[in-house]
Amino acid sequence: MAEVLVLVDHVEGEIKKSTFELLTAARALGEPSAVVVGPPGTAAKLADALTEYGAAKVYVAETDGSAFLSPEVDVLAQLVERVQPAAVLVGVSADGKEIAGRLAVRTGSPWLNDVVAVSVDGAVDGTHSIFGGAWTVQARADGAHPVVTVRPGSVEAVPAPGAGVEEVVEVPAAGPSATVVAREPVVTGERPELGEASVVVSGGRGVGSAEQFAVIEQLADALGAAVGASRAAVDSGYYPHQFQVGQTGKTVSPQLYIALGISGAIQHRAGMQTSKTIVVVNKDADAPIFEIADFGVVGDLFTVAPQLREEIARRRA
Amino acid sequence: MNIVVLVKQVPDTYSERQLRESDGALDRDASDAVLDEINERAVEESLRLSEVHGGEVTVLTMGPDRASEAIRKALSMGADRAVHLCDAALAGSDAVGTALALAAAIRTVDGVDLVVAGNEASDGRSAAVPAMVAEVLGVPALTHAREVTVEGSTVTVRRETDDGVTVLRAELPAVVSVGEKINEPRYPSFKGIMAAKKKPVTTLSIADAGIDAARVGAAGALTSVTSAAPKPAKGAGEKVVDDGDGGAKVAAFLVAHKLI
Ligand SMILES: Cc1cc2nc3c(=O)[nH]c(=O)nc-3n(C[C@H](O)[C@H](O)[C@H](O)COP(=O)(O)OP(=O)(O)OC[C@H]3O[C@@H](n4cnc5c(N)ncnc54)[C@H](O)[C@@H]3O)c2cc1C
Ligand SMILES: Nc1ncnc2c1ncn2[C@@H]1O[C@H](COP(=O)(O)O)[C@@H](O)[C@H]1O
Repeated sequence: MAEVLVLVDHVEGEIKKSTFELLTAARALGEPSAVVVGPPGTAAKLADALTEYGAAKVYVAETDGSAFLSPEVDVLAQLVERVQPAAVLVGVSADGKEIAGRLAVRTGSPWLNDVVAVSVDGAVDGTHSIFGGAWTVQARADGAHPVVTVRPGSVEAVPAPGAGVEEVVEVPAAGPSATVVAREPVVTGERPELGEASVVVSGGRGVGSAEQFAVIEQLADALGAAVGASRAAVDSGYYPHQFQVGQTGKTVSPQLYIALGISGAIQHRAGMQTSKTIVVVNKDADAPIFEIADFGVVGDLFTVAPQLREEIARRRA
Repeated sequence: MNIVVLVKQVPDTYSERQLRESDGALDRDASDAVLDEINERAVEESLRLSEVHGGEVTVLTMGPDRASEAIRKALSMGADRAVHLCDAALAGSDAVGTALALAAAIRTVDGVDLVVAGNEASDGRSAAVPAMVAEVLGVPALTHAREVTVEGSTVTVRRETDDGVTVLRAELPAVVSVGEKINEPRYPSFKGIMAAKKKPVTTLSIADAGIDAARVGAAGALTSVTSAAPKPAKGAGEKVVDDGDGGAKVAAFLVAHKLI
């Protein structure tokens, strides 16, 4: 069976969940080979978990350098030439898309970008969900060793033991590349991760100030939810950029999305309209967000949100 | 310091965007076309850099005839001149084809020190063309910039993504892509709009740019759309006016739907 290369996404010795999703998807296309690129000692920490999710091989490419993303591209390109894989799977992220795009240029591969499902039937097919889920598009790779970037959360990770045979591969000398001078990882708080949370409570310009965003946070905490924000709220300095939901922010699809003081501009909706249930509080009865609300309250968020929080607390008590 | 800024004309995101069900291509006639907002920021950053470091700002776009409107907007903001890569053979290019074509067009401009682009186009959303152009040109890519500084021949970028901030550094020439929070783009002044009409715009065919026809356009694309279908729009549900019990009503709704 042809190999399927899976680029392992990891931070500080921890594998990201999206990698297990990729390994699961890879098993439908061929035999998964995990590719670990990182500083010396990385693979030793990751190999067991990769094997548990079906990696037949683990390619170990360790380097001390500070070249930015080039080691990933160089190692994958070298493996593509050598093993002629059925596909190369990379998780969608800022880094993942960049690695995939550069690799496709380097190896002359088709690139199926941001798919939510991948299958093989003569050629590799991908399903895309675009314009915030408003359209579903099927595309086919018409060439050897396609690169496929898969959106996190779209495939359910299922363990299935693999052989996990490790093989050390050399990291080629980097070509022209930017150098990483410093890294400041985001400090993750107590709340669930926005992209993965099953409940998201978002505030917009209607929240009015950074201090008043506490109303949003308190409701979120009562529900065990992640906090989101509209671009207007972010641009007004009410909440940090990494919590922006929408076309140029995060795309979320939780079980429950609660929008408070958000008008529902098309670019905001593009990031949340596939949520299973949408609840809205807005004092303007004509706000477009009501068009997609399963339950809408025309009212002031500063009275509705605290009352909702108390109701939740009372029911939980 | 000479800068080429990559701009793209896109369907206005304020309008409902459509695909043609026949071939799954973006129906560019169904919505208004505008200079992508992220590219206004790319132009703004290019102008600010050239105000400090001197040199020319050249706008480059690959797109159909009417993309000249996007060029005009960038020139009226203050860019010096433009290159319009315009050829029917380019229609339907995939990201790799686009990167190859843009890189070839960049090579027609003399003495380029820096290429500035948006981090992600609002239509295609590859979020990779700038890095791919850099790959073709064999120069470093410093992407998703929240801040760009040039000192001598060194460019430094604060790269901001979901994973946090990474400070990147490289020697020029290089490609930089800018993120949405980098700046607030200026409005073209009346003087700028008038001046733009006289600024030089070079139109290039693929032959002029030395682009291999086999690698671009729908024919050169290595991926093809096999079907495209709109999802039925979500309908509105229940709507109540708060009479002092709005929060309680939401709670009741959530309970009824087993969400709490
Ligand atoms: C290229 C592009 C990309 C974009 N990307 C994004 C994106 O990723 N995410 C995003 O969100 N936007 C994005 N936007 C911006 C978008 O167009 C809107 O400007 C933005 O979503 C508006 O945010 P808002 O709803 O919070 O603010 P507003 O539109 O100002 O709405 C505020 C709402 O709060 C209500 N309100 C005020 N006070 C109260 C109160 N006390 N109680 C209840 N309701 C109250 C008002 O009635 C109003 O409806 C993008 C725009 C462009 C052009
Ligand atoms: N056809 C094009 N012409 C000029 N620039 C482009 C084109 N396509 C992409 N770009 C540049 O690449 C950036 C990112 O686009 P993308 O990778 O397609 O999301 C855009 O903001 C532009 O700066």
